Amino acid sequence: MLQKKSTEITVGMFVAAGIAALFMLAMKVSNLADFTDDTGYEVIAEFENIGGLKVRSPVTMAGVRVGRVADITLNPESYNAKVTINVYSNVDNLPTDTSASIFTAGLLGEQYIGLEAGAEEEYLQDGDLVELTQPALVLEQVIGQFLFSKAEGDEE
Amino acid sequence: MIGLIRSLGRWGLNTFERLGRGHLFLVQILAGVPGLFLRFSLVVQQLYSVGVLSVLIIAISGLFVGMVLSLQGYYVLVDFGAEESLGVMVSLSLVRELGPVVTGLLFAGRAGSALTAEIGLMKSTEQLSGMEMMAVDPIRRVISPRFLAGFISMPLLAAMFSAVGIIGAFMVGHGLLGVDDGAFWSQMQVKTDWYDDILNGVIKSVVFGFVVTWIALYEGYDAIPTSEGVGRATTRTVVHSAFAILGLDFVLTALMFGED
Repeated sequence: MLQKKSTEITVGMFVAAGIAALFMLAMKVSNLADFTDDTGYEVIAEFENIGGLKVRSPVTMAGVRVGRVADITLNPESYNAKVTINVYSNVDNLPTDTSASIFTAGLLGEQYIGLEAGAEEEYLQDGDLVELTQPALVLEQVIGQFLFSKAEGDEE
Repeated sequence: MIGLIRSLGRWGLNTFERLGRGHLFLVQILAGVPGLFLRFSLVVQQLYSVGVLSVLIIAISGLFVGMVLSLQGYYVLVDFGAEESLGVMVSLSLVRELGPVVTGLLFAGRAGSALTAEIGLMKSTEQLSGMEMMAVDPIRRVISPRFLAGFISMPLLAAMFSAVGIIGAFMVGHGLLGVDDGAFWSQMQVKTDWYDDILNGVIKSVVFGFVVTWIALYEGYDAIPTSEGVGRATTRTVVHSAFAILGLDFVLTALMFGED
C-alpha cells in the first residue's frame, strides 16, 4: 500500500512537472500572453509598397504595441496592398486622420506599422480606412536613387 | 537466380506480414484503452516506470543540449552583432525540432527498450499464455496500460526537455556570455508562436510517443521467445524507433512548417 502511494505521488509530480514545463513554454517563451480574448476592432490601410510586412507583424503607436496585422491582400483596382490592422479594443480613440507608416526595426530587423495620431475630433471605427499612409522604405530603391542622382551630379 | 528471387519474395512477404500483424496488434491495443479509465491504477504504475524514471535523463540531456546550442549559436551570431537573437534561435530549434526528436530518441532508448525486454521476457517465460489460461486478456491487462502510459509521457517529457533546455541556454547565454537578459526573453517571446511553434512541437511529440510505444510493445509481443530473440527484439525497437522518428520528423516538418 505504501509502495503504491509513493508511486502515485511521484507520477502526480511527473505529470505536474510536464504541464508546468508546457505552461512555461506558453507563457515565458511564446507570444501566447499577447493573445487575450481581446478581439479588438479592425481598420484598413492601403500602402503603395509593404516591403517585408507579414501577417501578425506588430502595430505600434509611439513605440507601444497597440495591435497587429490581421490580413494582407492586393487591392485589384488600385494595385496597392490592402492591410487589415487589428487594433486592441482598449485603444479606441484613434483620430480619423491617423497616419500609418511602415518602419523597419533596426537595419535588418522585421518591419512593423507605426501609427501616428492626428488632430481630428472623430475616432476611427471598425472597418474604417486609414487615409494617410507612407509605404515601406525599400533599401534597393533608395540606393538606386542615390546612385542615379550621384551620376547625374557628376555629369554636370 | 531463382533462389535469389525466392529469398527476395520471402523477405517481402515476411515484412508485409509483420506490418499487417503490427497494425492488427495496434487495433487490439486501442480497443483495450477505453477500459483502462475504469482501472487507471494500472496506467499509473506504468507512468511511473515509463515516464517518471525517464525524467532524469531527459532533464540532464535537455540542460546540456540547451547549453551547447547557446554556446555554439553565440559564436555565429556575435559576428553579425545579433547575439540578442540567441533566445530566438535556441527556443525555435528546441521547441520545433530538438525537443520532440531528441526526447523521442532518448525515450526509445530508455523506455522503449525496457518495454520490449519486459514484454519479451513475459512472453518467453509464458506469463502471457498463463494469463490467457486464467481468462485474463494480456493485451488489456499488460499491453494497453503501457501503451497509454507511453502516449501520455512522451509529450510531457518533450515539454520538459524544451523548457529545461531554454533555461540551460539562458544560464550560459546570460551568465557566461553576457547576453542581455531582457533582450533574450523579449525577442524569444516575439518570434516564438504558440500555435505555429509550440503546439506543432507538441503534436510532433505526441506522434513520436505513439509510434515509439507501439513499436516497442509490438517488438516485445512478437519476439521469438528465447533470450536471443528478446535481445534482438530490443535492438530492433531502438533501431526502428530511431528510423521512424527521423523519417516522420521530416514528413511532419514538411507538413507543418511548409507553407511559410
